[in-house]
Amino acid sequence: MFTGEIPIYQQLADRVAEDILAGTYPEETSVPSTNEYAVFYEISPITAAKGVNLLVEQGVLYKKRGVGMFVSPGAQEKLRARRRAQFAERHISPLVREARLLHIDRTELDDLISQEDSK
Amino acid sequence: MTNAIEIDAVTRHFGRVHALDNISFTVPEHSIVGLLGRNGAGKTTVMSIMAGQDRPTSGHVRVAGHDPFEHAATLAQISYVRDNQRYPDDYRLHHVVRIAPDFAPHWSEDIATELVEGFRIPAKTPIKKMSRGQLSSVAIVLGLASRAPVTLLDEPYLGLDVTGRAFFHRVLLRDYGEHPRTVVFSTHLIDESASLFDRVVIMDAGRLVLDANSDEASESAWVMSGATNAVTQLIGTANVLSTSTVGGLMSATGSGELDTETRALADDLRVHINRASLQQLVAAYGADRAASDTIDEDRRA
Repeated sequence: MFTGEIPIYQQLADRVAEDILAGTYPEETSVPSTNEYAVFYEISPITAAKGVNLLVEQGVLYKKRGVGMFVSPGAQEKLRARRRAQFAERHISPLVREARLLHIDRTELDDLISQEDSK
Repeated sequence: MTNAIEIDAVTRHFGRVHALDNISFTVPEHSIVGLLGRNGAGKTTVMSIMAGQDRPTSGHVRVAGHDPFEHAATLAQISYVRDNQRYPDDYRLHHVVRIAPDFAPHWSEDIATELVEGFRIPAKTPIKKMSRGQLSSVAIVLGLASRAPVTLLDEPYLGLDVTGRAFFHRVLLRDYGEHPRTVVFSTHLIDESASLFDRVVIMDAGRLVLDANSDEASESAWVMSGATNAVTQLIGTANVLSTSTVGGLMSATGSGELDTETRALADDLRVHINRASLQQLVAAYGADRAASDTIDEDRRA
C-alpha cells in the first residue's frame, strides 16, 4: 500500500495529516490507534508508532492517557502552514520545469491552470 | 531495551560445510525481525539454534537470557515450526490442534479457530497428504496461536496463496498488537513482507552481511541507473554490491551515504539514483561479483 522511495513512517504521517486537513478527523476527535494503523496498512506497530509520534512532535496530535491519540486544537492551521511552505518546492518547481521542457509558455500555463481551477 | 535473542560469535560446521561463520546479532524484545538471504545462506541453521533444536559448534546463544538447548523453561517460551515439520502418519488437523496446547502455555483457542477457518484448512485430509500451502497454514496456526514470547517462523508462507498471505499479515499484526511478542521470520517474498519488519538481518553464505533497523537498511541503499560509462564514473569510490549491464545501460546497487557532490554529478551525467527496496538490497548482497549479470553486445547479436 506504501511505496518505496519515502520511509514508511513518513508516508503514514503524511496520510494521517492529509486526512486531518481534509476534515476526516476534526480537531479534538480521536484518530485510529497505532495497532489499528498497523493492521490496516500491514506495517509493523513500531513503524506505525513512529509515524504517529512524528505528528505528536509537530503538535498535530496529542495523547490522552489511556484513551488514545487526538487531533490537537489548531492542527489544521499548523498543517496548512507547513504544507504551504512546501508548496512551491513540491508542486510549482516540477510544474515549471516540465512546462519549460514542453515549451509551454506562461500564458498557456496560466490558461491551463484557470481551466483546471474552473472544473 | 532488553534483548529477546542474543547470538554471539556463533559458528556451525556440518563436517566440512561452514553453515554459519562467526555470526553475532541481537533481537530486541517485542520486535518483528526479517531473516533474509539466499537459499543456503544459513537462515534455517540459525533458527534451529535459536529454537534450541541444534547447538553451535562454537559461540553462544541466549533466548530470554538463557541457553535454550535442553532447557525446558526456555523452550516453553519458544514456538518454532520448521518448514519441513513432520507429523505422525495418521495425524489430521484436529490431532495437531488438540496436542499443541500441551507445548504452548499461552495457547489461544480463538486464534487457532480463526486461522483454521481463514485458511480453509481441510479437517479430514491427513496432514501428510496436504499441499505445501496447507502445510504452511498448519504451521502458521501453531506459530501464532501459541502466542509464544519468542515466535520463530521459517518460510511461513511457502505455497500460500495471496489471500492467505494477507490474512496471515493481518492476524499477526492484530494479535501482536494485543499480545506483544518477539517474532523472527524468514522469507524470500521480501517486497510483500518488508513493511512488517522493524529490523532486518541479511545473511549470505553463512555470514552476517547486514543487521539494521528496516528504515536505515533501505535508507542507505541505492540503485543507480544510466549510461554505462556515466554509472561507472559515479560508482568509483562507492560501496557497490552488484551491477547489471545491458547494452549501453548499467545499473548498480550499493549501500552507504552518497555525498551531495556525487548526487550533483549524477544529475549532470543523467544518472538516476533511487532508494533501493529491501528486496533489491537482499538480491544485491546475494549476487556474486563474478557472476554479475552482463548481457554484452556479442551475446545479444
